[in-house]
Amino acid sequence: MSHLPQAMRNTILPGEAACPGCPIPMALKVVGAAFNNKLVMVVPACCTSIVIGAYPGSAFNWSTVHVAFASAAAVASGIAEALEKRGIKDVQVVAWAGDGGTADIGMASLSGAAERNHNIIYIMYDNEAYMNTGIQRSSSTPKGAWTTTTPIMGKIEHKKDVARIMIAHGVPYVATASIAYPHDFYAKLKKAASIRGFKFIQLHSPCPVGWRFDPSLTVKVARLAIETGLWVLYEYYDGRLRLSGPSRPYLDKAKRKPVIEYLKLQGRFRKITDELVREIEKYVDELWEWIKKHM
Amino acid sequence: MVLKVLTGNYAVAEAVKLARVDVVAAYPITPQTSIVEKLAEYIESGELEAKMIRVESEHSALAAVFGAAIAGARAFTATSSQGLLYMHEWVHWVSRARIPVVMAIVTRAIGTPWNIWPDHADFLDQRDTGWIMSFAMDNQEVLDLTIQAFKISEDPRVYLPVMIGLEGFILGHTSMPVDVPDPDKVAEWLGPRRQPYVIDGSKPWALGSLAWPEETEEMFMDIQKAMEESKKVIVEVDEEYGRLFGRKYGGLIACHRCSDAKYHIVSMGAWSGDIIESIELLRNEGYPVGLIRIRYVRPFPDKEIYGIVSNSRAVIVFDRAISYGSMGPLYMDLVAGLTKYTRKLPYMRNIIAGIGGVNITYQDFYKLIKETIDSLEKGVEPPVFTWYHRRG
Repeated sequence: MSHLPQAMRNTILPGEAACPGCPIPMALKVVGAAFNNKLVMVVPACCTSIVIGAYPGSAFNWSTVHVAFASAAAVASGIAEALEKRGIKDVQVVAWAGDGGTADIGMASLSGAAERNHNIIYIMYDNEAYMNTGIQRSSSTPKGAWTTTTPIMGKIEHKKDVARIMIAHGVPYVATASIAYPHDFYAKLKKAASIRGFKFIQLHSPCPVGWRFDPSLTVKVARLAIETGLWVLYEYYDGRLRLSGPSRPYLDKAKRKPVIEYLKLQGRFRKITDELVREIEKYVDELWEWIKKHM
Repeated sequence: MVLKVLTGNYAVAEAVKLARVDVVAAYPITPQTSIVEKLAEYIESGELEAKMIRVESEHSALAAVFGAAIAGARAFTATSSQGLLYMHEWVHWVSRARIPVVMAIVTRAIGTPWNIWPDHADFLDQRDTGWIMSFAMDNQEVLDLTIQAFKISEDPRVYLPVMIGLEGFILGHTSMPVDVPDPDKVAEWLGPRRQPYVIDGSKPWALGSLAWPEETEEMFMDIQKAMEESKKVIVEVDEEYGRLFGRKYGGLIACHRCSDAKYHIVSMGAWSGDIIESIELLRNEGYPVGLIRIRYVRPFPDKEIYGIVSNSRAVIVFDRAISYGSMGPLYMDLVAGLTKYTRKLPYMRNIIAGIGGVNITYQDFYKLIKETIDSLEKGVEPPVFTWYHRRG
């Protein structure tokens, strides 16, 4: 794993079209490194549809299939079954979808593929809104966040917890990850690849454009989500939750930074009230109660 | 060859087994269900070595079939009505990706209201999708068209998906004797899976990345070219199949007493059999009438039909679907298509009937055709557009 930086070199090639500070190429380099580019990646409509670059080129040094918005998990199912029928065993099938393509329009096909337990890894890169269409609210947008479809009030509802929904499916492996901790993400991809069946990873991916922070702060914002306890890194398999290294200190509430440190860096929370901050703190406490209960 | 008594749906399943597909993905809907039930039975019993993906929706059915197909598998699905509409997004996506797959459509009226009886609205709603679209008249043709669909779809001159239509219940659930060809002979004729590209991780590929308008248009122009090419392939396949398995239909259209007819009927699907009966009665009474049956709606056989109706006194097109606010889809295609070859069209009548599954018999056809001809012989043109409806 100490070779990760080197292994990441030939994954994303020059010419990718991401915005400055975008978490997508950061994360995809880890994915390419974990599978040595031996993968077929299924991408529904999302920022990555653009990040790859325009036809006929591709900045990804592996096979990529663009598919209709709701269908990443279904297409990945078909590819996995065809490869199995053809006896191809050394190629990893990965569905790579945003939070809209996962938590909203893709939820039914995700649930179906999980229940059927196809041998695929589904990665939800969670930038907490429809960024590619211009920052519209998704069910994965956190409470209080400004988006272009919650322009005055901010989002009224809490974030949908997709990882927990996937745990409820009883799939063999569910994990959360963060772009701020590539080694942790890498280890989870390796672990997922070693398990047969449906694997789900939810990857917290701060978006400078949509969250309204400086592009130099992507990793800092992602790290603050962990340090405030607002995003918790764990793995869930064999019926039990395992807290991951970067999140372990924050089991102790006293070690968590105040959530305001995370919120204040982001323009999308500019109008947040003290009352809402207290509610978000309560949300963090409840999240950790759930973590403790399942460890 | 073996003679089996099969419903139309089982004829589809039998043909899919003969094509030795690798992957089936499907979701149940009346009246398609017995196709996937039969295929599940073949797969679980080991009669067919394939993977079955029991998806959670039709949208995912065609998505999974697409995934399997791009990864090198011969893949199949089947649906009806609402299911077909629900997967419509994928119907377009698959043809634009130029990936060969085969799908059976057991036709059923579109809701609301709930209705399970057959018309052609669901099938003809797909006519702008870039699929090759065939439609059967009886269960033998269902089996033959389904086997041929794989051959046509995987021909490098075509590389387009193919759908086969058959009416629910009228064919889908009605048993008829079907001549089933020898499995090894079919396998040898179809050969191994052919496709324009395979995405299986063996080399980096990007399928479907953002393309500029000009590039996009060029890709879509290629679909139109492939459609033109497919006309030759369809005729070739029909002839080859005829030589090998003893049944030849005539390619894009099938004719019944066309050559000496002065009045031509145009139709598609199972009720063409009823039309043939009515034509026999009318012929006995001296009416010079023949039937042109559309076997392929896409590519549309305008040239083939023009060759027959160029000297026709009148053409009556029976449509079992309607484009509300306009006319029947077959009629519109035919009139538009004929203008490529002539400025002088014969009198052409469009009769809409059988919508929502209303039963139309040979007596109805007899009456409608006879009235039209009698009126024209007296020099009175009946209205060009008629929606024929009856109760009981």
